[in-house]
Amino acid sequence: MDPRRAPRTVSDPKVRKVGFFTDPPDRSLPGPPDHPISSFPTSPPSTIDNSPPSAGNSLSPVMIPPPRHSSSILSPLRRDPAEFFPLPASPTASTSFSDDVASTMKGRGVAAASSSLPGGLFFYIAAIKSAASSVPASGLTTVSVVNNLPIEKGGGVAVEMQDDQSSRSKSLKEKTTKAERRALQEAQRAAKATAKAEDGKTPAAASGGAASVKSGKSVKPPPSQKNDSAALAALEKKAGDRPPEKDRKKEVPQPRMQFDDKSRVEKAKRRAVVKQTEARNRVELFRHLPQYERGTQRTELRSKFFELDPVHPAVYKVGLQYLYGDICGSNARCIAMLQAFQEAIKDYSTPSKKTLARDLTAKIGSYLSFLIECRPLSISMGNAIRFLKNRIAKLPLTLSELEAKATLRSDIDRFINEKIILADKVIVKHAVTKISDGDVLLTYGSPSAVEMVLLHAHELGKQFRVVVVDSRPKLEGQLLLHRLVGKGINCTYTHVNAISYIMHEVTRVFLGASSVLSNGTVYSKVGTACVAMVAHAFRVPVLVCCEAYKFHERVQLDSLCSNELGDPDVISKIHGREDINFLDGSTNSENLQLLNLIYDATPSDYISMIITDYGMVPPTSVPVIVRDYRREHLWI
Amino acid sequence: MWWRSPSFILDKQQSDTVPHQRNPPDTLPLPLPSQPPFSMADTLQNPSPENNISAYYQTRAAHHAVVTGDWLAQAQAAIGRDPDDSTDTTVATVAGKPFSVIDEFNSWRKQPELAEAVAAIRALAAVIRNCQATTMMELEIELKKASDSLKSGDTTSISLTAGCDLFMRYVTRTSALEYEDFDSAKSRLIERAEKFGEISCKARRIIAMLSQDFIFDGCTILVHGFSRVVFEVLKTAAQSKKLFRVFCTEGRPDRSGLRLSNELAKLDVPVKLLIDSAVAYTMDEVDMVFVGADGVVESGGIINMMGTFQIALVAHSMNKPVYVAAESYKFARLYPLDQKDMVPALCPIDFGVPIPSKVEVETSARDYTPPQYLTLLFTDLGVLTPSVVSDELIQLYL
Repeated sequence: MDPRRAPRTVSDPKVRKVGFFTDPPDRSLPGPPDHPISSFPTSPPSTIDNSPPSAGNSLSPVMIPPPRHSSSILSPLRRDPAEFFPLPASPTASTSFSDDVASTMKGRGVAAASSSLPGGLFFYIAAIKSAASSVPASGLTTVSVVNNLPIEKGGGVAVEMQDDQSSRSKSLKEKTTKAERRALQEAQRAAKATAKAEDGKTPAAASGGAASVKSGKSVKPPPSQKNDSAALAALEKKAGDRPPEKDRKKEVPQPRMQFDDKSRVEKAKRRAVVKQTEARNRVELFRHLPQYERGTQRTELRSKFFELDPVHPAVYKVGLQYLYGDICGSNARCIAMLQAFQEAIKDYSTPSKKTLARDLTAKIGSYLSFLIECRPLSISMGNAIRFLKNRIAKLPLTLSELEAKATLRSDIDRFINEKIILADKVIVKHAVTKISDGDVLLTYGSPSAVEMVLLHAHELGKQFRVVVVDSRPKLEGQLLLHRLVGKGINCTYTHVNAISYIMHEVTRVFLGASSVLSNGTVYSKVGTACVAMVAHAFRVPVLVCCEAYKFHERVQLDSLCSNELGDPDVISKIHGREDINFLDGSTNSENLQLLNLIYDATPSDYISMIITDYGMVPPTSVPVIVRDYRREHLWI
Repeated sequence: MWWRSPSFILDKQQSDTVPHQRNPPDTLPLPLPSQPPFSMADTLQNPSPENNISAYYQTRAAHHAVVTGDWLAQAQAAIGRDPDDSTDTTVATVAGKPFSVIDEFNSWRKQPELAEAVAAIRALAAVIRNCQATTMMELEIELKKASDSLKSGDTTSISLTAGCDLFMRYVTRTSALEYEDFDSAKSRLIERAEKFGEISCKARRIIAMLSQDFIFDGCTILVHGFSRVVFEVLKTAAQSKKLFRVFCTEGRPDRSGLRLSNELAKLDVPVKLLIDSAVAYTMDEVDMVFVGADGVVESGGIINMMGTFQIALVAHSMNKPVYVAAESYKFARLYPLDQKDMVPALCPIDFGVPIPSKVEVETSARDYTPPQYLTLLFTDLGVLTPSVVSDELIQLYL
């Protein structure tokens, strides 16, 4: 355990520096002068240098440049053409090998850029798939190529680091026309595919054990997107036997946007409906998450109302509500979104020469990207959208437009009723059995399912007391407290700071969840993990109420790689307390980074039970439910 | 630690007197049993336990004429338990039924080796056979009623409830039911019911076979209470000429450990009796702990005779494996969060001296052992880790 962990902690900060935000000197420092790309003429030999050691097992750490170097990540690719592609297709036959690479890469870069951000990866995955090889390593290399391109293309910081190289390659790039580049790229891909088909395990075999370790190393550390996509590629191959090709693509979770990837962010911005200014001082560890200046968003949206013709008013309204925080709580958000989509579907008419299934999916996609700009989707919403898209895709072609729309709307209704409202009722029914007279129940925040449980238990005449634990900045607990006290339930209100004081008198902890991941990790409002851990330390059982539609097959170990950043201002300022707003003038200071996390991940060790619509299950059984009932969720 | 030198075997070979010296403890309870009138003493003194058990149950039935509370719970896990424990709930309503599942159940239960859940399953199969219903729905309703009446006979018995539920699931969830005519569907049901009864019957053998890999020569096994499954496991091991010794706890309050030690001594297994509080004292000599279960709950933990949790805690802190032998019909859809979160099963405890009325006595008969203290569960579905229990339950019930 420990030996594994230590390197990770060491490499993590470095990993973050792979993002193109840090200043260049930092990265170029460790770059040794023998860096393969550093000078053009030496580049071909250095490639050769690079691949044989990777073929042999004697890879010294000196030979391998550290992973943050673009070139080292490139090396697998560079090896490829050397092996399979002795520069025939290159129009300027005399151009050296590295030119080849540069141009191919340029071509690929274009391809990646042209497809939308998640799709960009699929392009490559498709390529891998066609290669029909089943080596995870190959997935890694291919993916790493994709992720590298921005360096080559987007220049920016990278240019400074390897300026002469890039300038040369740029000049060379100009020589090849687009068509030529594409031809080249096509040919290369085909060559790669055949090579892979020939000896299934090419990359691993060719590079030997050490090399595979190396490539693994070079790919792994970069931020989770690479991991995601690599895992995704591997997953896709492993799952080969199950669904047919087409379905498979849909099933694979799309990689999340990494906001420390500058070029992608640029691209996304170009497509964005709302112009958002990114917050300046962001915490190093969370650069991959989006964070915007709140004020600008609102005025921007307001002024653009009449220009935003693609967005349906209902969706627009919901989006604004997300943005202003009027709707929060994952169930409420999910229901609001689905109802907005229902409205949108009602008013939808298929344009001529288009099919409903395709056009509507695209339409919903555009609504979604609008909603995401307002606030990142929650996992529950993601699941609901998956359901909806599936329904649209499975619509029989024979249906008329009216019928199709009616079916879809009733499907959405059914989803809301069965998966959320009925599920809550079942959860309440189960959870109430765990409340007995004399209990002291603790809850954190304002989880809707728990509130229903408490109210129902009160209706049944159980005698219990509730401790509502709350936290800044939202203070949602006060709402819950208000409603509970209104019903005549005996309550105690405290902030999370006092959790260890209050815990010793508590007999049960009831928590809500934004999502439950398949390793049993509960992803929920920030602070939940703290409450669960304190409860565990006090031997108080922790019960998590969560509808099964929020379960997700993803596995997450910490709350860093996927999270949401809230408005940093709300934690630096306290409304109406001018006397203690010490940070007023200094929020723009370079030295001050404010971090307002929205979610955290609670490890399954601290959770005694998950109450879901399938009954009360231990956290270890979440994957069973995910596995057995995911289909059902999609099709209901 | 695992492959402890089997010195005690050598000892035994050197002087065969050891088992003889063992015997006095067997006779030791003789003076005691005067207090519970027809309990341990009878069983202990009786040379053939088989006959005795059935007689025991017969007298029991004759005395009470009802299905009583704890008796059902004991039927499966601890035959020799204190018979007076039951709160002897007046469940006379059950006995009042005309055809009686209960009678059928009782007659099945007279077979000494038959667990009560299996008896219930057999009784329910008989219900199907004797059913006058002409439609599937009627039959199902009748079956439901019968199983309800069986269950209401004793709410504290986990395996009875679980067995009935499982049977209902197993029998009624067959796709063949829809398109066939009633008679063939009914015969299909009976067939399925018989099959299920068979499976349940064989469960104990399967478990015994599965667990043989875990008992190695020279090991020391700590056993708590009397469980027929555990006994079967040990018996099989002894018959296959494995050399091991057994530590039996006394198993207060019903002293079922005495019974087990008696049985084991008959098989010439070296056995040592401990008082319940000597578990931690002897734990460093022990290689593994074997317990049965009243019920296996959804978290993967078990509900078993009082003291199991304690032993599991000690074993866990000393890094000894705790194995549970339990048939799959004991898997119940329960999820206790802590010790108090269960239907209480009470049994009176005899302290030998009169207890002043001001002194309160904890009379709970069983406790809940959380899954993190268990190593493996031996079931007829295979050798499972505790977390698999929930998976199996989800598959069975959803």
